[in-house]
Order: sequence, then structure tokens, then C-alpha cells
Amino acid sequence: MYVRVVTWWTILRIGLEERLVYRADFALGTLMRFLPIITQIFLWAAVFETVGGGSVAGYSYENMVAYYLLTMMSRAFSSMPGLASGVATQIRNGEIKKFLIQPVDLIGFMLLNRIAHKLTYYMVATLPFAGVFYLCRGFFVGGWPPAETLLIYSMTLLLGFLLGFFLEMCIGLISFWFLEVTSLLFVYMLLNFFLSGHMFPLDMLPDWAATIVDLFPLKYLAYFPAAVFLGQLEHAEIIRGLWLEIGWLLTFMVLSRLMYWYGVKQYSAYGG
Amino acid sequence: MAIIEIEGLAKSYRVYQKKEGLAASLKGLFRRRYREVQAVRGIDLQVEPGEFVAFLGPNGAGKTTTLKLLSGVINPTSGKATVMGHVPWKRENSYRRRFALVMGQKNQLWWDLPAQESFRLHQQIYQIPPAEFKQNFDELADLLEIRDLVQQPVRELSLGERMKMELIAALLHSPEVLFLDEPTIGLDVIAQHNIQQFLKYYQEQRGITILLTSHYMKDIAALCRRVVIIAQGELKYDGSLTGIIDRFSEHKLVTLQFADEQPVTGLSRFGEVVNDEYPKVQLRIPRSQVAETLSAMLDVGVIDDIAVEDPPLEELIADFFSQVSNQSKATGQDADDSDRMS
Repeated sequence: MYVRVVTWWTILRIGLEERLVYRADFALGTLMRFLPIITQIFLWAAVFETVGGGSVAGYSYENMVAYYLLTMMSRAFSSMPGLASGVATQIRNGEIKKFLIQPVDLIGFMLLNRIAHKLTYYMVATLPFAGVFYLCRGFFVGGWPPAETLLIYSMTLLLGFLLGFFLEMCIGLISFWFLEVTSLLFVYMLLNFFLSGHMFPLDMLPDWAATIVDLFPLKYLAYFPAAVFLGQLEHAEIIRGLWLEIGWLLTFMVLSRLMYWYGVKQYSAYGG
Repeated sequence: MAIIEIEGLAKSYRVYQKKEGLAASLKGLFRRRYREVQAVRGIDLQVEPGEFVAFLGPNGAGKTTTLKLLSGVINPTSGKATVMGHVPWKRENSYRRRFALVMGQKNQLWWDLPAQESFRLHQQIYQIPPAEFKQNFDELADLLEIRDLVQQPVRELSLGERMKMELIAALLHSPEVLFLDEPTIGLDVIAQHNIQQFLKYYQEQRGITILLTSHYMKDIAALCRRVVIIAQGELKYDGSLTGIIDRFSEHKLVTLQFADEQPVTGLSRFGEVVNDEYPKVQLRIPRSQVAETLSAMLDVGVIDDIAVEDPPLEELIADFFSQVSNQSKATGQDADDSDRMS
């Protein structure tokens, strides 16, 4: 066990070092992600002004901006820039061979690499994030949620990270069968944008649509943690959501394993 | 006991066949035509521990495919192979810790980080005990003289330096079997020579088994006593380098240095004149007729010097390769290119 931990730590550490090579590009890229916040705040301000203040589908202006800021937070955990396309590239140009020849597991390796990726991101982004939340503290009319909610909230963020990882891993592994997954990835990004709740709170949807979205795993990537934080969900709803999320996570973990196993079989039979 | 045993090993690929033009491309959306390409067609081979074997063959002969089969990247279509008792394509960790594959055109190191970091990672992946790691690294770093370079990002290294790093990364876990696919490709003469010297020394010291593919005759002449020629996916020759000459050369080159000022004519009746820079003339003469031709030639004019040589190895092999590919064109076999698959 100790040996394994050291191995994991080494992979993680090297991933961190690699991320830190291009410091300037990395820092700039991270900061640029904060720009949309300003446009979103203005957008919702305009929307609420047109409807004459009050609330839209149960959300006040303050609530809406708070919700938006929280989805940013969710996505800081669940979004996986370059994961699926990276796996696809590795399969296409044959780099994947490394994982067949060396005694190391592709999915485990990529997971550690992604954790390193995220950790470096937090190192750079924590301060700006804190700044934005401080400046926008007025939008959180309910103040800090109770400790129990915060605990569940952190759980949903971590689960969101894992779910996001295994979901995109599966999409990347599709390129064992179809070499090009760019369009597929585009469709996924589009669905993700709307169905994860990144664009607007999912409880704004009409009932029939909400039921469908509720069955999708995407809502755990943005909407669910934010709704937990804002106290939008009943206790029972939260528990049900957590179980469903864990179910989805296990599904995609198993699916990625199966896909990798069959993919390698296919690869070694036809490609190589 | 043989360390590598190959029996009737065959591998065919299915390749999507696209015809030219837009119409054909559109058609391809609905119905795809595949062509079966036989990259390796039944190879038998046994390699003893400590042998240094060269695979020789034209592009697409099946050399790389064979190495991929032996390192477990691909499964065979039929046939058997074991390396150190393991079936490679089962990809057991117990096998993967005991061999290494180095591809001259592929990079295994982390591009943006110093090579040292990739070595550390290998230490963990292969679970090399710290003492052994240090000892192996020190030995390799000294032999290859790269100690000052391990702290430099890999992308800043020259091709030759990078190849050295690749070799170190592959050898840190003391593999007993090493597959080298074109390890000196694209390197300058000095770097090539360095790598050759290193491989020769290391192989002798450790007594490991090495299978090497290369297009450079110099690599092979310097390193391998045993040469296996693969062409069209089949084994065409297995023996020593000098044996190739006996086997494939039907001619000798005879160089005559005449003493006469006056040009001697009518030499072409002895054989094909390859080079005529009178008073120095070179002829190609069938091996069986060398003795009688030489004595006959002594009567033609006053000769200062005679040299009888075998034709250069490169030429012989090039001749042989083109013979094979002509034959296959005649019989309508596929001339395939398995390197494309890499």
C-alpha cells in the first residue's frame, strides 16, 4: 500500500510540475475565466429590470447572481478542459501504447494527472475567487448556510469532480472506435452548458423538462451543488440527489473500465 | 532454452480503402470497403539469452509489427510467441517489468520537464528499489555522458541527447529483453556512433537480449552477429552478416590497375564493366568464373595490381529487397506498409 501511495504521489507531483511550466499562460487563462461573471451580472440585471424587479421563476435578482457565482464554483471542480480530446489524441497518435507496454494504468494515471491539474488551478484561482465572492457578498442574501449544508456542499463538489472526470473519460475513450470525437465533444459541451444548469437554474424549467433533466447526470456538474448551497432543496431531495449522483458515478467508472478494456482489445486487434 | 520463441506468428490488419474523389468519399460514408493487409505472414524464430539480433528489411516488411507483437501492443491473428515464458499480448505486469521497447520516432519522456522527472516516474511505475535506481542511473548517466543534461527540459535537448535519455528511461528497471525500433534514426554520425558504442558495451556487460531494427548497415555491422531479414512479412534469411554475402551475392568485383599507357580494349567480354577510369577498371564477374577470368585477363595487358572484393553489403541487400518486391508485384501480392500503423 505504501508503495502505491508513493507511486501516486510521484505521478501527482510530476503532473503539478508540468502544469507550472507555463506559468504566465496558465495564470492568464485562469483569470480570463472570471470575465464572464461581469457580463452575466449585467445580463441578469437587464432581465430583471425588464420584468420590473420582483422575481423570475422564484429567483430574485440577488438569488440569480448568487446562483451563477456558485455554478462557477461547481464548474471549477467538474469541468475537465482537454481531458476527452487529450485521450482521443493519445489514442489516435499511438501514445496510448505507453500504457500497454508499461505497468501503469491509463485511467488511474489520468485521474492523478487531473487532480494535479485541478490543484494547480486552485493555487492560482483561490485568491481571485475569494475576491469575487467578497465583492459580491451582497448577493448572498441568506448569508452563510449552516455547517451541515456546507459539509454536504463540499461532498457534492468532490463528487462533481469525479463524475465530470469519468464522464469525459468515457467520451475520450470512444475514439477507440471512432478516431475523431471533436463533434461529439462539441455536442456534449452544448448539452452540458444547458442541462448542467450553467446557463440558468434548472428549477426554472417547466415540469416535463425538469423531469427529463433530473434523470440526466449533467445536473450534478453545476446545478446540484449550487442548489444545495442556496438551500433550494428539501432534505429528502438532497439525499436522493446524492444517491443518484453516486449511482451515476459508479456507472461511469464501470463504463470507462469496460470501454478501456474493449478498446484496447480492439486497438490491438486492428490498429496498434 | 530460448528466451524468445516465435512459432507461425501472423498478423493481418484491416484497412479502410478509400478511392479518390469526393463521390467515392461520400459513398464511403455508407459502405466502407476494407482490405486485408498481411503485415506478418507466419514467422518462426528462436532467440537465445544474450543474443543481439538485427531485423533487417524494407519499409513495411513487418519488422515493427513483429516488435509490437513481442511487446504486447497488438495481438496476433494466428501463431504463438513467448518471451521469457510470458505470452506478450496478455500484458501481465510481471512481463511488463522485465522488458522495454524503445522507438526512435516516439517520445516517452515528459516534453516540458527535465528528464530526471521522467526517470523518477519510471522508478515508481517499475517499482525500482532506491539503491538499484541510483546505481543504474549513475552507470547509465556516466556511460552516456549526460549527467549535466538531466536537469534540462527535454524539449531543449538535441535529438541525440533525447535518444540517450530515452535509452536511460528504458533501461532503469534493468530489462532482460530490449526491443529497439530504429534507435539511431535521424541522428548524426557521431551520435549514431555513441549510441552504438553504448549498446555494444551495455549488452556485453549485462548479457541482455536485444532485438534491433535499423536501416543503417553500420549499426548492424557494429552490433549484431545474427541478422534476420524480413520482407513481405516473411523471414527470408537468418544467419550471420557475412553469410548474407555468400547467400545473396552472385558476383565479385574485380579491380584492375593497368601499367600500359595505351588503353586496353575488349574487357567487356570478361564481365560487366562497372567503372572505367583507365588505367583503373572495375568489372563485375560471376563468382564461379573468377579464377579462370583472372588468368585470362593477365594476357590482355600488363597489370600492376588486382583486387577482388565482395560487393558492398548495402548494395546486396538493396538488390535483394527490390527482387523481393518485384516478385511480389508479379504474383500480385500486397506490398503493404505496416509502419504506417505505428
